[in-house]
Amino acid sequence: MDRLVFLLSTGLARGAVLALFALSLVIVWRAARVINFAQAAMAIVAVYVAFALTAASGSYWLGLAGALAAGAVLGALVERGPLKLVPRDTPLPGMIVAIGLVMVLQSGLAIAFGPDHRPVRAPFSQRPFLLGDIPVLSAYALFVLLLAGGVMAVLALLFGRTSLGLQLRAAAFAPETSRLLGVRVPRMVTAGWMLSVATAALAALLLVPTELGLNPHAADLLFVNAFAVAVVGGLDSPLGALIAGLAVGVLVSLVTGYVSAAAAPLAVLGLLTAVLLVRPGGLFAAKEARSA
Amino acid sequence: MNAPTSRLVLRAALLTLVAIAATFALDPFRNYQLATAAGCFAAVAGLTVLVGLTGQLSLGHAVLMAAGGYGYAIASTAAAEALPGSDALPFLAGLGGAVAVSGVLGLLLGLAAARLRGPYLAGLTLAMVIALPSAANVIPALAGDQGRGAPFFPVPEALSSLIAVEQWHAWLAIAVAAVAVTPLAAMRRGRAGLRMRAVLGDETAARLAAVDPAKVKTGAFTVSSLAAGLGGAVLAVATQSVSPGAYGLGFSLLLVVAAVVGGLGSIGGAAAGSAIIVVLPWLVDSAASALPADLGQRLNGNLAVLLFGAVVIAVTAARPGGIAGLPRRLPRPPFTRNTRTPETEPNQNTER
Repeated sequence: MDRLVFLLSTGLARGAVLALFALSLVIVWRAARVINFAQAAMAIVAVYVAFALTAASGSYWLGLAGALAAGAVLGALVERGPLKLVPRDTPLPGMIVAIGLVMVLQSGLAIAFGPDHRPVRAPFSQRPFLLGDIPVLSAYALFVLLLAGGVMAVLALLFGRTSLGLQLRAAAFAPETSRLLGVRVPRMVTAGWMLSVATAALAALLLVPTELGLNPHAADLLFVNAFAVAVVGGLDSPLGALIAGLAVGVLVSLVTGYVSAAAAPLAVLGLLTAVLLVRPGGLFAAKEARSA
Repeated sequence: MNAPTSRLVLRAALLTLVAIAATFALDPFRNYQLATAAGCFAAVAGLTVLVGLTGQLSLGHAVLMAAGGYGYAIASTAAAEALPGSDALPFLAGLGGAVAVSGVLGLLLGLAAARLRGPYLAGLTLAMVIALPSAANVIPALAGDQGRGAPFFPVPEALSSLIAVEQWHAWLAIAVAAVAVTPLAAMRRGRAGLRMRAVLGDETAARLAAVDPAKVKTGAFTVSSLAAGLGGAVLAVATQSVSPGAYGLGFSLLLVVAAVVGGLGSIGGAAAGSAIIVVLPWLVDSAASALPADLGQRLNGNLAVLLFGAVVIAVTAARPGGIAGLPRRLPRPPFTRNTRTPETEPNQNTER
């Protein structure tokens, strides 16, 4: 019972990170109708920026701000750079370019920083609180949950309640009409990319202290799990990403705790396969309005 | 067998003989590299037909190769224990195992692929690559991180005075690659290839012409993974081992690189691409080892990947036809077209 409570609570923190990363995939899918296979590599570049800033200044918060900024800049650079070079009417060329980017970014990081796993310190203690005798969330896990929840709330407000959010959604769903109505569609697509990669960078930054350490491949598994989350939740649905993210986080936590750590990726793969076969659009997807 | 197919088989046999003759000009290490390249060639040929003709991107062909490798190791070990004294039978049994395991996995994935569009399939196959080490640890037959050994296939008595073991393995590799790739080439040229292009071009129109897109996609994925499985068997013969570490994400992406750089949809391009992904990392790493230790260590293994990534982006942006697309810029002799099936663009990148 103690163990179940502990696993559930760590699963929630893990799920919050997953949901945040999955949300970043949803944002870029909604903005540009692509799945960015380079999301993990780009996020890790931003985490390295944060790592360097924190090491230089001693402030975690400066590093966090730096990661967000670096993610946004990288998103804009990639969207305006390599992805502009290939035709966008089919997804294949964009996916191949993203794979090339993954190789360039990850090997570039390995050359620049060496292949070692660099330990990253969390800003808060990772020792779990005791509730009675039962270990529950650590301070850091609570911080992750609050920050992820806060960012998701801000994003929901941005997309749902502001003029910029309306333009972003309009540009994604009806580019031609939006252009006629004066929305600068290319600028909105770039903004979507910037938001998306900054969110992914934040998720990766929150993940790294709980893992073995910072290395160029630190977010690969996060990307795969988040992809599964985004698909389970429906690529178009931010709420689906949140619910599926928490669910998958708890699932991974339970499988790791009760079966073995090795079985967790298999459980996610099984879930992804099952959902893709039964409901390719995802469990929470609205009915298909366009077939892009 | 109709005339174009028998011509194709003849050409494949000739190329195989030329490749086998070429092994006499190579030293043992080069022959080992040639065997590796032949194994990759089988997998890349399968991948390039899949991506170029049906537009389905698989990031998981390394797993299909691993499936073939494990199938080979398990079946050939069992056969070697059942029939001690024979070398050829375990080899053949191993190939059978490779075909069976990779075929079943490919069929299952193909059934999924038939229902999925581009990014979903790529994500599913990517998840598979990431889950491979877990699978090796969870499934007892795959023997964890160290992987399984495959029986050693020594040079037959009659040849043992003539060739070294590396050269013998290169021969086996070339022969298996030929067996894996020739049906792909025939399929690409024939009706099946035409159906795949039809489905890629317009699924609705294909359905109206009585071509079932689901069947075509499932079939394409299965055939492609059979070739990859045979490629994995080749690597298992050459290295006598199969382990999950050898078939990681990096290797899987390299297979995509080979297919893209060679030119999606082109078998000859796949051959060139696989030679490049085997030789270039080795060249770059030997150059990097000449540098001072620290820098050399950082560049080792990474510089080649960096170059490949940049080349893939450049090729996709500037020359989507890859290496195979280069000669096409020259004027074609007027009567070569008539002998082929009408060729719509095999590569959707070039459809502009």
